[in-house]
Amino acid sequence: MNLAVEMAGVRLKNPVLTASGTFGYGLEFAAYGDLTALGGIVVKGLSWEPRKGNPMPRVAETPCGMLNAIGLQNIGVHRFVEEKLPLLPWAEVPVIANLYACDVTDFARLAEYLAEQEGVAALEVNISCPNVQAGGILFGQDPGQAARVTRAVKDRAGTKPVIVKLSPNVTDITAVAKAAADGGADILALINTLSGMAVDVRNRRPRLANVIGGLSGPAIKPVGLRCVYQVSRAVDLPIIGLGGIASAENVLEYILVGAWAVQVGTANFLRPDMAFRIAAELPLLLDELGVSSWDEFRGALRA
Amino acid sequence: MPDNTLMAADAASSPVCREFTVMELRRTGPESGSPAHSPVGPDQSHWLLDLDLTAGFPGDAGWTPGQFVMLRPVSWSFELLWARPFSICMLESGVLRLFFQVVGRGTRAMSALRPGDRVVAWGPLGQGFALEPETSTLLLAGGIGLAPFIGYARRHPQPEKLRLFFGHRPEVAEYPLDLLPQEMPMEASRQTCAEELACFVDDLERRIKEYAARQGLILACGPHPFLRAVQGLAMKHRARAQLSLENRMACGVGACLGCVTETTNQTLPVKVCTQGPVFWAGDVHLGGEA
Ligand SMILES: Cc1cc2nc3c(=O)[nH]c(=O)nc-3n(C[C@H](O)[C@H](O)[C@H](O)COP(=O)(O)O)c2cc1C
Repeated sequence: MNLAVEMAGVRLKNPVLTASGTFGYGLEFAAYGDLTALGGIVVKGLSWEPRKGNPMPRVAETPCGMLNAIGLQNIGVHRFVEEKLPLLPWAEVPVIANLYACDVTDFARLAEYLAEQEGVAALEVNISCPNVQAGGILFGQDPGQAARVTRAVKDRAGTKPVIVKLSPNVTDITAVAKAAADGGADILALINTLSGMAVDVRNRRPRLANVIGGLSGPAIKPVGLRCVYQVSRAVDLPIIGLGGIASAENVLEYILVGAWAVQVGTANFLRPDMAFRIAAELPLLLDELGVSSWDEFRGALRA
Repeated sequence: MPDNTLMAADAASSPVCREFTVMELRRTGPESGSPAHSPVGPDQSHWLLDLDLTAGFPGDAGWTPGQFVMLRPVSWSFELLWARPFSICMLESGVLRLFFQVVGRGTRAMSALRPGDRVVAWGPLGQGFALEPETSTLLLAGGIGLAPFIGYARRHPQPEKLRLFFGHRPEVAEYPLDLLPQEMPMEASRQTCAEELACFVDDLERRIKEYAARQGLILACGPHPFLRAVQGLAMKHRARAQLSLENRMACGVGACLGCVTETTNQTLPVKVCTQGPVFWAGDVHLGGEA
């Protein structure tokens, strides 16, 4: 079957993308597979200025998952555009920039700068961060803030599609999803990490220096599936599903509950050729299941 | 337009990721051969693991001692999520040998591997130790930090130029010292109490001072407090020294930013997995954490 997916004008040769923060700037994985065989590459969150991130330790393994509090260490958007983007095969595989900022003004200038870059196929807005201009409330936890930041990015994004990446750390994810849609989002991506922590009773310390971090990996897949299912019924926008995907079968689980495409995140750490393997296995599994088109399968959950 | 210079640009040692077969796993030390028994926690046993690399891995010339591999048994479901990093102990005639100690859940599960089991491994990764054939070189190993020096000494064209000073807490019989070339002089020193540890640090200082005086090269691998001691002494005596860091890692390829360390010459923390694990002693800040 034809694996291609088109969402908001972005053409993907297959629905398997990589998740921000788990695939570096893409180049780190070039030795382990053909980057152009992926549906798309979402790069590490980019801020206007370089960021040092949080103190160590910043990762901890948990049952079937991991916690991270990297704190958005990144080289800054200018160095990304100058040093990394030219090395990426962006003409053959969509490269999606992930935007991180702590206020609306910063998000807007990131969007404006990235929208000018030919090699950037779309902008993904990470709204799982505190808005320092609004007393530190998380953009992703407040529908009003989510709508404002989406609008600010969309206004500067020119022709580039805007993906808003939702946090699962909310009571009703459909409320934030609707707000992002009202703000002009073209695509929604969900879920970001779940807030969590781990401690060591022997030395009475938290396992992360930041104490609290984001849980990811297979442990969170049920939450991701639930969120995609709910949002796909509440909002009429294409959805990119993620959270715990580690096989071609997991990809189809997300598509079955309504996703158009998916991102592979933490599973890239299990082996660096993971995303390439999943993209390669997907057509075999679709054949085996007798799926004839995405339109037939997407959201076709018999519930 | 970007082209296929991509691979060459990023992958100096062009690592690979493949599935390999376990040839042999054997326990070193007095109870050699018997399985480790510890229902509650790490038992600190030591093991040599041999993997059959005939299915494509950079060969003898394609790696530098001090480099490492990430390894994850295929049988691990998701309960143990990450692969684990291991120094390359030996990589000779199609066999990759790792020397590891059971220190946690991952290494404990690894000590249950059997011949024929499959593991995923990727590497060789990171930057290895400097190798200067004509320079007198002091190898400082603490405990399991011996592992990369086995390969280093075996690969060195003039092992008589090397000298190994090896500090350890478990019995010396736990360590496969027979794998070291006989031409290399070595001393082993066991520390079981605070006084012995203090003596050991004095011994370290004497040797570091000596190698600093004769423009030698010093290489160290071992637990964090050991590296901090070596770093302090090397700076004090202005010795040329390299340290191999063993930070916790999730991916090993520079993607997760979980293993970073602060340096003296870069504003952003650097990735131990790709820019390290070996650093010049003057370039890294070793955190206070054990
Ligand atoms: C180490 C790490 C770093 C991450 N960094 C980012 C980031 O910079 N921006 C972002 O939007 N999400 C980031 N994420 C979240 C992932 O993109 C993804 O939403 C989440 O991990 C759930 O998917 P998974 O279970 O497949 O990993 C990060 C996740 C991890 C594990």
